[in-house]
Amino acid sequence: MQEMDYILQTRGLSVYYDTKKVVTDVNLDVARNRITAIIGPSGCGKSTLLRCFNRMNDLIPTARVEGQVLFDGRDLYGPDIDPTEIRYLIGMVFQRPNPFPKSIYDNVAFGPRINGFKGDMEEVVERSLRRAALWDEVKDRLKASALALSGGQQQRLCIARALAVEPSVILMDEPCSALDPIATLAIEELMRELSEDYSIIIVTHNMQQAARVSNYTAFLMVEESRVGFLVEFGESRRIFTNPVDERTEAYITGRFG
Amino acid sequence: MVRADFDRSLEELQAELVVLGEMVEAAILKAMDALERRDMAMAYEVVAGDDLIDEKRFELEEKSIDLIATQQPLAIDLRTLLSVLHIAVELERMGDYAEGIGKICMIIGDDVPVEIPKQLPQMAKMGITMLRRSLKSLVDRDTVLANDVWDSDDEVDVLYDGVCRQIFLDMGQHPHTIEAATHFLWVAHDLERIADRATNIAERVIFLVTGRSGGSGKHHRETQ
Repeated sequence: MQEMDYILQTRGLSVYYDTKKVVTDVNLDVARNRITAIIGPSGCGKSTLLRCFNRMNDLIPTARVEGQVLFDGRDLYGPDIDPTEIRYLIGMVFQRPNPFPKSIYDNVAFGPRINGFKGDMEEVVERSLRRAALWDEVKDRLKASALALSGGQQQRLCIARALAVEPSVILMDEPCSALDPIATLAIEELMRELSEDYSIIIVTHNMQQAARVSNYTAFLMVEESRVGFLVEFGESRRIFTNPVDERTEAYITGRFG
Repeated sequence: MVRADFDRSLEELQAELVVLGEMVEAAILKAMDALERRDMAMAYEVVAGDDLIDEKRFELEEKSIDLIATQQPLAIDLRTLLSVLHIAVELERMGDYAEGIGKICMIIGDDVPVEIPKQLPQMAKMGITMLRRSLKSLVDRDTVLANDVWDSDDEVDVLYDGVCRQIFLDMGQHPHTIEAATHFLWVAHDLERIADRATNIAERVIFLVTGRSGGSGKHHRETQ
């Protein structure tokens, strides 16, 4: 059997806000060039867990992380790591599309410019927009405001913006929750294509979406005594047809609580 | 539709499946009764009544599809609906075998002076028991019972082999009964298939409960 290739691994990962534990002792292996979905009820810590992967929690003053996150085997929270650099390598797409109030072009060029990129910016913008399946729709109006795009287009622009800085991982926090079904399908299709070159972790409340797009699914839960613990992790097709843990079963069939 | 309504719909669907099972059981009983008594009117009723079984099956299918489309079921719900669809088809096919026996009955007619092989009513009885128990295992989510149904198929197969040998023997000894005996072979075949279909239902129950397909992994006769 081929040994699995993991890009991100957590070891005994716990997260606190002040003294409140919101993620509890999570051990999770994220496969390279695959889509891993994190599901679970509201408040189960899935977004917090997602933010551990690019050290976004550092930006919350009261947040504290225990345990390890390994990125290609390196300790993501080690002293030699620059969190800003990590956020390029591990990009993020949020729930609501959040383009800058700038032109389409400038949105995509933003990251490379900050990074002091000296190469062919037009090429980077085109490549990123193509990879985000947006190029054909915007190639004639790159100078137009990003805010004039539809919600689905804005979300793909945000993906293009993340891709422009050449990440290896893309974190997506409910990327389709503000989109209609057509735009949602476009993003899902894009995720599938991107997963050939990138590792994707997606937090979603939509079971069908997790079942449709992801290769692996992690189910996180919250109980009175514990918050944000991993109940079950495995291949999505198994999780959604025949979960082992009855709590997973109850959650994905809507019998929860 | 809220979760409670969905649960109710799933229960209703399974109750209707049991009703379909009862219709099939009645058809088998009636077909065998007609055969034993050489009652042509009764045989015709079985043949005509198969339409109702077919209708019921499509009704179940439609309801299952509606629920799949509107509820987008996962895990146990998904397995339940897939099993209902599958079992409805199995039952409908069992109904077809009963219809087949009814037709044979009409072909043989009421003037042939041969007796039906005694194993045939036995096989019918066992098939019906297996059908009932397979549906009970569904309602009770009872995999032990489902496995029992599986095991009892072997007994039907033994009876089937026995009745085939007996019929061949009779054919040799009483050439004038060859035509009727050939029809009896078909009846035996239909009854054997009915038992097989009951094991298929049991197999679906095991899938429904455990998520494992392939039943108990036993190989059983596929004569069709």
